Amino acid sequence: MNPETLILAALAIPVLGSLAIVASRKLPNLREAATLTTAALLFLVVVQFLPGVLAGERPSARLLEVLPGLDLAFSIEPLGMLFALIASGLWIVNSIYSIGYLRGNDEKHQTRFYVCFALAIAAALAIAFAANVFTLFVFYELLTLITFPLVTHHGSDKAKAGGRTYLGLLVGTSVLFLLPALVFTWHVAGTTDFRPGGILDGRLEGFALGGLLALYMFGIGKAALMPFHRWLPAAMVAPTPVSALLHAVAVVKAGVFCVVKVVVYVFGLDALAGATGWLVGVAGFTIVAASLVALNADNLKRRLAYSTVSQLAYVVLAAALLAPLSVIGAALHIAAHALGKITLFFAAGAIYTAAHKTEVSQLDGIGRRMPWTMGAFAVGALSMIGLPPAAGFVSKWYMLSGAMAASHWPAVAVIAASTLLNAGYFLPILWRAFFRPTDDAQHPHGEAPLPMVIALTLTAAGTLALFFLPDVPLALARDMLGGMP
Amino acid sequence: MNFQEHLPALQVVLPLAAAPLAMLLRDRLAAFVPVLAATWAAFAVSVLMWLQVDATGPISYAIGSWAPPWGIEYRVDSLSALVLMLVSGVAAVVLPYSRASIEREIRQENHYLFYAMFALCLTGLLGIAITGDAFNLFVFLEISSLSSYVLIALGRDRRALVASYQYLIMGTIGATFIVIGVGLLYLKTGTLNLVDMGARLQEMTSHRPVLAALAFLTVGISLKLALFPLHQWLPNAYAYAPSAVSAFLAATATKVSVYALLRFYFSVFGETAVFQRLPMEDLMLILALAGMFVASTVAIFQDNLKRLFAYSSVAQVGYIVLGISFDSVTGLTATVVHLVNHAVTKGGLFLLLGAVMAGMGGVTLSRVHGLGRVMPLTAFGIVLCGLSLIGVPGTAGFVSKWYLILAALEKGQWWLVFLIVLSSLLAAAYVWRFVEAAYFRAPRADLVAVHEAPAGLAIPAWIMVGATIWFGLDTSVTVGSAARAAAMLLGTAQ
Repeated sequence: MNPETLILAALAIPVLGSLAIVASRKLPNLREAATLTTAALLFLVVVQFLPGVLAGERPSARLLEVLPGLDLAFSIEPLGMLFALIASGLWIVNSIYSIGYLRGNDEKHQTRFYVCFALAIAAALAIAFAANVFTLFVFYELLTLITFPLVTHHGSDKAKAGGRTYLGLLVGTSVLFLLPALVFTWHVAGTTDFRPGGILDGRLEGFALGGLLALYMFGIGKAALMPFHRWLPAAMVAPTPVSALLHAVAVVKAGVFCVVKVVVYVFGLDALAGATGWLVGVAGFTIVAASLVALNADNLKRRLAYSTVSQLAYVVLAAALLAPLSVIGAALHIAAHALGKITLFFAAGAIYTAAHKTEVSQLDGIGRRMPWTMGAFAVGALSMIGLPPAAGFVSKWYMLSGAMAASHWPAVAVIAASTLLNAGYFLPILWRAFFRPTDDAQHPHGEAPLPMVIALTLTAAGTLALFFLPDVPLALARDMLGGMP
Repeated sequence: MNFQEHLPALQVVLPLAAAPLAMLLRDRLAAFVPVLAATWAAFAVSVLMWLQVDATGPISYAIGSWAPPWGIEYRVDSLSALVLMLVSGVAAVVLPYSRASIEREIRQENHYLFYAMFALCLTGLLGIAITGDAFNLFVFLEISSLSSYVLIALGRDRRALVASYQYLIMGTIGATFIVIGVGLLYLKTGTLNLVDMGARLQEMTSHRPVLAALAFLTVGISLKLALFPLHQWLPNAYAYAPSAVSAFLAATATKVSVYALLRFYFSVFGETAVFQRLPMEDLMLILALAGMFVASTVAIFQDNLKRLFAYSSVAQVGYIVLGISFDSVTGLTATVVHLVNHAVTKGGLFLLLGAVMAGMGGVTLSRVHGLGRVMPLTAFGIVLCGLSLIGVPGTAGFVSKWYLILAALEKGQWWLVFLIVLSSLLAAAYVWRFVEAAYFRAPRADLVAVHEAPAGLAIPAWIMVGATIWFGLDTSVTVGSAARAAAMLLGTAQ
């Protein structure tokens, strides 16, 4: 198959998969088989692109011309390749986990869940492969809409309220800021294509340049930059597999992916010099403030959500520093945080399924009952803090090196301080789980259902693997900047 | 003397001839057939003419071979070709739908009357779009208005009578203003041919009667197109009319009035310096913005879905007029493209609401609780159309919004960009009310057993929904025609 058909095939597979899921809705085993087959097939197709992209090819495809000169088009560059690999690879693991979770908790509307999930992955892939801001915007909006039924899955008043915040903030920011940014880019540059070095060619400067950057950064609400971050904790009303794949990986990573993509391919690092000071400030503030909230959150998923807000801001901060090393760190952190955070959410869901516990203060001694789960949790926590031998160390290393290379000491201070804060809200959980005596001897429980344990062990292993073998993501991140450092 | 040559006459004559035929036949099936044949034929004619205009430029047709400017000229250029295709296309979809829809909503002995009035209304709307003669335009406007009063009053809901009466009073005032405007222009120029009139007005820009004529025409046509604050007749008329009528009028009537406004503004006054003497652009801008915000806000608090989307129509007229106020090619492209996009979106919405009416027995928000469960396809269709009203990419509404924002940027008016996107959030709020009712509430106990709409209602409605999506993805027809029409209106094409 030529690359063009292969790209369209990659986008079509999850969509066709969702049809197969609907068709087999009466037979749950067949339906789950359809999900797993689709996920595996998709990953295989995505991997096909990797050698070519590493060798410098940029496979591309054009779907249709929507407005004169404005195409719905796709082109795979290194950063998109990285994001697509993460999203499609983790979808397999997450599907295994979902099966255990949904069955273990007797969730309703399971077919709708799998269908929306498949379509959300299709949208995430389309974002990863988008060849221009317009295509990116189209699928960005689509991703919001498709994930909405997943957030409100339980249909309760709480889910409804969470869903309202979710949709309100994500649609609101994208319509209010991202859409004007898109049209303004078109108006100024006459194109919205992503090109190495940017497309603005110095046509904007000063206030207009900063304004456009602000429109993009706040318009991409999925990156959860404060003060538009509240949708993320609100989305935690969703079942945990949704929080795990979408609100730790696909949706939020689509957000920071867009941020890096826009900074590198629309503005260009050089063109932005001197215009990102405020962004470093906002991102730094978000990192510290979100960590402080996480420190005080007793609900485990809420703590993880605010940790996500903080970790996403790392990526924005690293991109805003504009130093090549830190931008590479930003790209790596997309991968590292995805693996680490999905592990943490998997563990939270496993604890809920096996022990029906949701609060940190209930976790005394749980490590001895669920050693695999809490072991994986420990690996994820190490990655969040940025300690070896977890993936988070690598990305943080690059970000710090970039900040130092740029002699941006406040940024260095923020990264250092937040490392301490991260340790402050993750280590107590581990201490409770492994060193405090359990207090509910009369309610014995073991590990969660096997598919869930398999899934979280796999992602924890992945987190460690990325530390020892960071070659592929690193190569992709370097290629993004045209093979620099 | 070949067939191709007489297409412009056929466009109007076919539905005009079908109307008395329907009256004479009186039987509801026998009346339906000729009207359906005429409507579909009219659509075919409009497509043929659109292709011809696209290939060889404007068509001029002298009625009875009396050469213009003495005789009545039918003139089809890129703008009128598009409007003709829109009106007859919507009619071709709505008419088959109405057969199943009016079964419940109109008494059987009145069905022939519905078909006859539908044909007449179509005649009038097509006539407005095709004629090149100012007085002829007024006559067609009256034909379409009078027949639409009857169509609205046919509804079983007795409030339809009041709504129709309200519309009749307002519509008559509007028509009177228009005829005064036309009269003043005739007085000054001695011609009724629009092109000729435009040429003769060149030297008269400072004459007071010409300015007065512009004012009368503006107010009169604004009444017909429901420009805020002259929209009072619209919500009730759309809410209480039979569903098929709501859909047809929502998709076509105000759109044709916009066409008339564009015609007078740009083809008659456009060449002259009148606009430099009157602050028309600012006026249009303010009224458009007021309509966008006030009507959208009112829509959020409506309980009847037909009224809700009727107020949304007033707001969307604001977008259309906003495009005119920019007085640029991009702005007018936005106007013309939104004319089409909003027509298919609202047409689809009202057709789906008719299906809801048939299934659930009403369209108040409390009645459509759980619609997503009992009529999943219909509810989903309404959501899709709602997304187009908001302007989500992938739907027709996005394309319109794109050009509006672009037009505002070209003028360097950032504040306007934000007002445009802000108003789409208001649209999101009223669409959200439907989503919450349809998907987060359990259906009423007596409505749990309701089934999905029958094919006779669902297929036409989904043709419109399909068009809403299609025009959001492939814009070669809509934007292509709109851009040509805009360039033609501003005289930058040739």
